[in-house]
Amino acid sequence: MLNYLGLIPLFPLIGFLILVASQGNMPRRWVPWIGAGSVGLSAVLAALVGIEFLSGSLEPYRQTLWTWMRVGHFASGFSLYLDALSLNMMFVVTGVGFLIHVYSVGFMADDAGYARFFAYMNLFVFAMLVLVLADNLVLLYLGWEGVGLCSYLLIGFWYENPENGAAARKAFVMTRVGDTAMAIGLFLLFARLGTLDIQALLNRASAAWPVGSGMAALAALLLLGGAVGKSAQLPLQTWLPDAMAGPTPISALIHAATMVTAGVYLIARTHTLFELAPAVLQLVAAVGAVTLLIAGFTALTQRDIKRILAYSTISQIGYMFLALGVTAFSSAIFHLTTHAYFKALLFLAAGAVIHSYHHEHDIFRMGGLRKRLPIAFWSFVIGSAALTALPFTSGYFSKHEILASAFHAENGFWFWAAGTLGALLTGIYSFRLVFIAFFGPENERASEHLGFAMSVPLILLGALALLGGFVSMPLGSVFPRSEPGELGLIAGIFTDLAPLVGVGIAVLLYLLRTYPVEALTETRWGDMLHRFWFSGWGFDWLYGKLLVNPFRWLAAVNSSDIADDIYRGIAAASQYAHRAFAATQTGQLRWYVAAFTGGTVLAIALGILS
Amino acid sequence: MLAALILVLAVGGLLAWQAERYGANAPRWIALMTLIVDGALLIPYFAGGFPEAGVWLDDIRLHWIPRFGISFHLGLDGVSLLLVVLTIFLGLMAVAASWTEIRERVGFFHFNLLWTLAGVLGVFLALDLFLFFVFWEIMIVPMYFLIALWGHENRAYAAIKFFLFTQVSGLLMLLAMVVLVIIHQRDAGVYTFDYFDLLQTSLELNTAWWLMLGFFIAFTVKLPGVPFHTWLPDAHTQAPTGGSVILAGVMLKTGAYGLLRFVIPLFPETVADFSPIAMGLGVAGILYGGMLAFAQSDMKRLVAYSSVSHMGFVLVGLFAWNALALQGVVITLLAHGISSAALFVLAGAVQERIHTRDMNRMGGLWTDVPRMAAIGLFFSVAALGMPGLGNFIGEFLVLLGAYRVDAAMTAAAALGLIIAPVYSLILIQRAFHGETREIHRIRDFGARELALMGFLIVATVWIGMYPQSMLDVSDTWLKNSLRGWGEGVAQPNDSQPPGERLADRGEP
Repeated sequence: MLNYLGLIPLFPLIGFLILVASQGNMPRRWVPWIGAGSVGLSAVLAALVGIEFLSGSLEPYRQTLWTWMRVGHFASGFSLYLDALSLNMMFVVTGVGFLIHVYSVGFMADDAGYARFFAYMNLFVFAMLVLVLADNLVLLYLGWEGVGLCSYLLIGFWYENPENGAAARKAFVMTRVGDTAMAIGLFLLFARLGTLDIQALLNRASAAWPVGSGMAALAALLLLGGAVGKSAQLPLQTWLPDAMAGPTPISALIHAATMVTAGVYLIARTHTLFELAPAVLQLVAAVGAVTLLIAGFTALTQRDIKRILAYSTISQIGYMFLALGVTAFSSAIFHLTTHAYFKALLFLAAGAVIHSYHHEHDIFRMGGLRKRLPIAFWSFVIGSAALTALPFTSGYFSKHEILASAFHAENGFWFWAAGTLGALLTGIYSFRLVFIAFFGPENERASEHLGFAMSVPLILLGALALLGGFVSMPLGSVFPRSEPGELGLIAGIFTDLAPLVGVGIAVLLYLLRTYPVEALTETRWGDMLHRFWFSGWGFDWLYGKLLVNPFRWLAAVNSSDIADDIYRGIAAASQYAHRAFAATQTGQLRWYVAAFTGGTVLAIALGILS
Repeated sequence: MLAALILVLAVGGLLAWQAERYGANAPRWIALMTLIVDGALLIPYFAGGFPEAGVWLDDIRLHWIPRFGISFHLGLDGVSLLLVVLTIFLGLMAVAASWTEIRERVGFFHFNLLWTLAGVLGVFLALDLFLFFVFWEIMIVPMYFLIALWGHENRAYAAIKFFLFTQVSGLLMLLAMVVLVIIHQRDAGVYTFDYFDLLQTSLELNTAWWLMLGFFIAFTVKLPGVPFHTWLPDAHTQAPTGGSVILAGVMLKTGAYGLLRFVIPLFPETVADFSPIAMGLGVAGILYGGMLAFAQSDMKRLVAYSSVSHMGFVLVGLFAWNALALQGVVITLLAHGISSAALFVLAGAVQERIHTRDMNRMGGLWTDVPRMAAIGLFFSVAALGMPGLGNFIGEFLVLLGAYRVDAAMTAAAALGLIIAPVYSLILIQRAFHGETREIHRIRDFGARELALMGFLIVATVWIGMYPQSMLDVSDTWLKNSLRGWGEGVAQPNDSQPPGERLADRGEP
């Protein structure tokens, strides 16, 4: 069974090719069978492969399809690598991916670009599978850029609106900034270690570099650059909220469940290298901690239902980075998995709301949707509970592990405190959304027609979000064994209470309105803070001033190419000289005689004088 | 066999010219057939497999002007074979792309097209410096006519600019060449223009510098490298589609070829000192060209400046001079040839339909012409370096190799990876996405154009997914150029190309 591994990414690729080759002429009712069917096949095959793998000895399995390029000592193949980590990722990508494809069958049913949508989606799943299964960093980079491309295509899917195009380009270029750092990291790793095969590279790195060596730190830092770009962490986080311009299933699949967590996967995959650079690990944890707080505060102030979820995604990935930074790698992957369940659920539920309520995104124009949209409502409640990490939901287990691990790490108190404060914020912003959008007087204008295709994925994801925390992958075969450790009484109480307190605050501020939040935001400082948070802490403004505008200005003033002025100058000078000399050709004898005489005199004078 | 490659094109050109009297289609078919026959002549070279030792797959040497040691000496090795294939392939595409666009003086057009290609083939094959120079000039003149006669609104200016730039730089090359021959004559006692003989010339460092500069400038103008690039946007923009395809796809590659065949092997010691400057120029080209591409509103100009940016990678890779970087250069030449040719065909097709290249007047074309838009998207994505497509392989290998030589310079060159999507995606946005600004009722690609683009797409995917098939071909050349120079003319070890850093240092 394992040797069918290569087929798993192949199915979506074939689906993509069929959909592209049909040039939009395929009968509409066939499109979902190709689009969702191909991913379904992959999911089934992935399950079969997974069962066989897990019932075996958990030894990594390799499959080389063909040699991609080989120059001298450099070789890179189309080689796949399956271990518990990549299996975990493969399950998420094909499983959650398949549910989202099914959902899209309903969600996109009326869209003119139905086939194009599924073509891009299939290409995405292919690229994402290559990313998680790649045995060497070059192939991983192929998947890495491939998912970036699909993200670009799907954010800008509704291309008539230039704003969507701008958001799509912003996402691509900003992640490219990180990717370029990562590419330089690959060059460095190859120059120093002579291979880019991940396992060989990690072995050589441990042999060549002692813990704390500068070169290991530099390499890890460059890879981290790629990771923060893809995973929308500080300082490259600002593209993700704008990426919400894409259709909602995209936000669920790409910008919540799979692609944005690729950075987490990259660091987990190369964790040996990061462990050689403790300073960089501290940085990873710090990036995660700061990002989760910034994004959490920002989410408190957003009005757009999808932007709230986007900031929440940034924040939750912050938790994963925090976990990576304190070497709790399996906790990070565990949280990645549960997050895929509940955040996909939340996005799809948001899609259901948008679908049923006149494409409305502003939660303050919703309200009272609870009775009218029961499936969406209960999905939101379950998803928010898991996001907030209320006890016994999937998110509770994963987040608890992270906070416990953080507590025992170096500088752990601060990381733990940031994570706990973040949990409080999560409680507030999650249930703020639920209370504002779904409670209040019943809304007459909404009606839920989700159909089979959209409701079944919601129900299944709801079940996963609730119960997914009870199953976990045997990641101990990949990562160094680390027990999360006990939190102790006081810290344990804080950790467990923080989300509940957050929900309680949300109840007071937004449900019961005992303390209306407007009292806070209408004060002078409150208003300024609110606007600062609302803008995502001014990062867009800063980057605009520092990078985007200067580049645009330079390009605009130099659009006619200053280098050409040299040559235009030469041309102009010779034309001028041409005219000047032509003017001497007057045809008048006396001028010629005068010039002749003058020249002769000058020549003689020069001869005498010298 | 090698002479036949060139001869077939020359004769085919004459035939096409004369065939015009039998209708406008006759020259088109003759040109097509000529190129197919020419391509067929190459099949034996692939059928035979590639030798482990000895670079030259074929050569021919006839006396020409014995008094000055000038001979008709052609040779084919792995890298020239790949470039010859590219030339003929893109020649076919150029004929196909001009099928409906060229309606006047069809015969003379195809004559010029085929003669340009013949000149280019000669450049890729010549192993006698004088012969090389002759072919170098032969390819310029018909190209001048292509731009000046069938070009767009500003064609006279562009054609003259193109001609002057290449002519002046060609003069520098001729001067350097003659001086080199004279110095060689003083040492060895015979006049010779033969490549292998001249490789043996020992030069004073100072003289070598000047001669190297002469060649370097000639080839860098053609490549083009900053700051000698300014002829290119005008020439590419004003040329008819077929001309742009040949210019961008093939003719720029002669500059790169000259650098790798002549400049670096002839002047190894100077090149070692010079390479930081050359790589710096390459980096400048990558960034400056990318920025200018972003600033353009003329679609063809955007693509033209993007060529400046991509050729910067070639310069970086050439002067890094190790196996990885050089293989990257070869792949970049092929991949960029194909992707830029495709983008020029696309821009030409848009212009043929809506009579403008101004992207401010496009927008929202996806709705009207989805096939054109999707194909445009494909090649823009290829150009921005998407792994799995050709251009990525080339640029990745260049940077991977260059990093071992100069990490800081490579990091700067890698910034080009950020600029590439900036200008590539703005092309897509302004032409195909966004709101429809003007209503154009235009037809999408038909069968001929789809077939043409299909070939280019397949080639791009092939290079991207299985570059090994090409790397194996250029490998024989590479091993020899890094080691010494061919069988029987092996250089003494001390004059190997610059020092130890030129050799692939292998495992650390």
